[in-house]
Amino acid sequence: MAFTALYANKLRSLLTMLGIIIGVGAVIAMVSVGMGVRSNVQESIASLGSNMLIVSPGSSNRSGPRGAAGSKTTLKYEDAQAIESKVRNIDYVSPNASGNYQIVNGNQNWNTSVQGVTPGYMDIKSLSVQSGSFITQEQMNKRERVAVIGTTVAENLFGSENPVGKKIRVNNQPFRVIGLLESKGQSSMGQDQDDVVIIPLTTAQERVLGITYVNSISIQVSNAKYMDQVQEDVEILLRQRHKIVGGKEDDFHVRNLTSLMETMTQTTTMITLLLGSVAGISLVVGGIGIMNIMMVSVTERTREIGIRKALGATFNNIMMQFLIESVVIGVIGGIIGIFLGCGISSIIAKVGGFNTVITWAPIAVSFSFSVGIGLLFGILPARKAARLDPIEALRYE
Amino acid sequence: MDKKDAIAIRLRDIKKIYKMGGQELAALNGINLDIKRGEFAALMGPSGSGKSTLMNILGCLDRPTVGSYELEGKEVAHLSDDELAVMRNKHIGFVFQNFNLLSRISSLENVALPLVYAGVGASERRKRAQEVLEAVGLGDRAEHLPNELSGGQRQRVAIARALVNNPEIIMADEPTGNLDTKSTKEIMEIFQEMHGRGKTIILVTHEPEIAVCANRQLLVRDGVITRDEGKGVVLDVV
Repeated sequence: MAFTALYANKLRSLLTMLGIIIGVGAVIAMVSVGMGVRSNVQESIASLGSNMLIVSPGSSNRSGPRGAAGSKTTLKYEDAQAIESKVRNIDYVSPNASGNYQIVNGNQNWNTSVQGVTPGYMDIKSLSVQSGSFITQEQMNKRERVAVIGTTVAENLFGSENPVGKKIRVNNQPFRVIGLLESKGQSSMGQDQDDVVIIPLTTAQERVLGITYVNSISIQVSNAKYMDQVQEDVEILLRQRHKIVGGKEDDFHVRNLTSLMETMTQTTTMITLLLGSVAGISLVVGGIGIMNIMMVSVTERTREIGIRKALGATFNNIMMQFLIESVVIGVIGGIIGIFLGCGISSIIAKVGGFNTVITWAPIAVSFSFSVGIGLLFGILPARKAARLDPIEALRYE
Repeated sequence: MDKKDAIAIRLRDIKKIYKMGGQELAALNGINLDIKRGEFAALMGPSGSGKSTLMNILGCLDRPTVGSYELEGKEVAHLSDDELAVMRNKHIGFVFQNFNLLSRISSLENVALPLVYAGVGASERRKRAQEVLEAVGLGDRAEHLPNELSGGQRQRVAIARALVNNPEIIMADEPTGNLDTKSTKEIMEIFQEMHGRGKTIILVTHEPEIAVCANRQLLVRDGVITRDEGKGVVLDVV
């Protein structure tokens, strides 16, 4: 019965549905864009290293002009070894000492950051080597002059040549290139992650930088749930090793990328909600469209209602008839809207060039919302119809 | 119980009073009327006489302001809207001057409509509607839309619809008002036939030549029945 009535006014039913179609489609498309942004952000944070703690030295002076954070010289390679051996639930520990140097190959030169690291650095930063090999523990121990270089450095010094096995000069000392890193592209902060030269930590400290301390220690925790526990254990251990007692200020900081990840996730969730609720408004507007058309339809069909009532239709019979009609509009509009929304988000993904994530949640929510809206906004017109006086209605022209 | 003398409709001191701008206007001013089962009564009267109001009350479409109305032994004067709807569905079949068929659905579906509200299943509805359509001679027009039929045919569909739920009483409001002479004759023959099968028929008309088909002529004027002729001519009820 509802279908007959809707089919009799094809164009009008379609236009009414359009409000719901656009509403549902917009909710799904917008939320999928928002979720896409979120997953992009999460990925790029994860590529910095997931479940990561970074220990850096504090600032150098306690009174008078204070140096920048990280300018203290108290953090040692031995601290890293102690952390690795004494703190539980740790996958890798990677101390790091770095500086910027001129790198030379023949008549080509390039200025970049030189990182002194331990072999664990490869896993902690999720790096991989496209040709050659990464630094080994043996090379660490022997303070060998070997280097693994990023693709940006390789392009600038060697062009299209394979750099593995070639000689370069770092700070005027000869180094042998033993590996070329897989390209990682830009970080989410806009840094070129391929513009790097990696050498053994010991070599960096003693032969290049001439220092005995490390700039930072990165710790990969085995599971996100141990983050807080590991952070606390590391702080206690370092206070012991650095002989910091009572209320004295730490000479180091332990930072945590999870809090960054949480902030970013929160932000993108907010964006998603914002986009979704703006789209949700159009869904409500669509619902008002249904109500409007149903009101017109009731007036137009006054005589039909009168006839039905004369033949024995009760209040509920008439009420149901009109409610079903508006719910059917909501259901059909909702289904078409789901397809439209999915279509739009895949077009955005193709044209806009970034991921959109379609999940069941917005589909289910917006669909049930559209059905609910059909029901809610159908009640008023349906009541109006069901309350008509049969005598008046039969007389209506 | 003697079915022949059983009362189908009993009105006692029925008044219908409309309030218009502080003034009270009595459309019906004390109607007393008994109609036996199987009677064929014609209700006549000039416009403004209260004839339509009486018809609406008899048809359970409206309630009297005061008075008692017993339909098939049940007091209906003060039932709720939904209870009246059930009474209409079970006991009364309507035939209107302008047919009042739904234009979007077929003759068969129009005829089956009262059965929808009586809660009859879909296949049973189709079967019974088809039977009644055949009884009025339109078995081959079941799938036609009302506007594909002639006036006489439309009125026959409407009569089939009035009969489909097998009500005791048929209320016809100027059923031949929009028809030509030939169709009028056909329709009146169907009414005679229904009368012959024991239906109680109340026919509202202002044409005396139609009214004479009935066994009893009632004249309403200024809200009261002023003339009541041919009372008691009743055919045997099966």
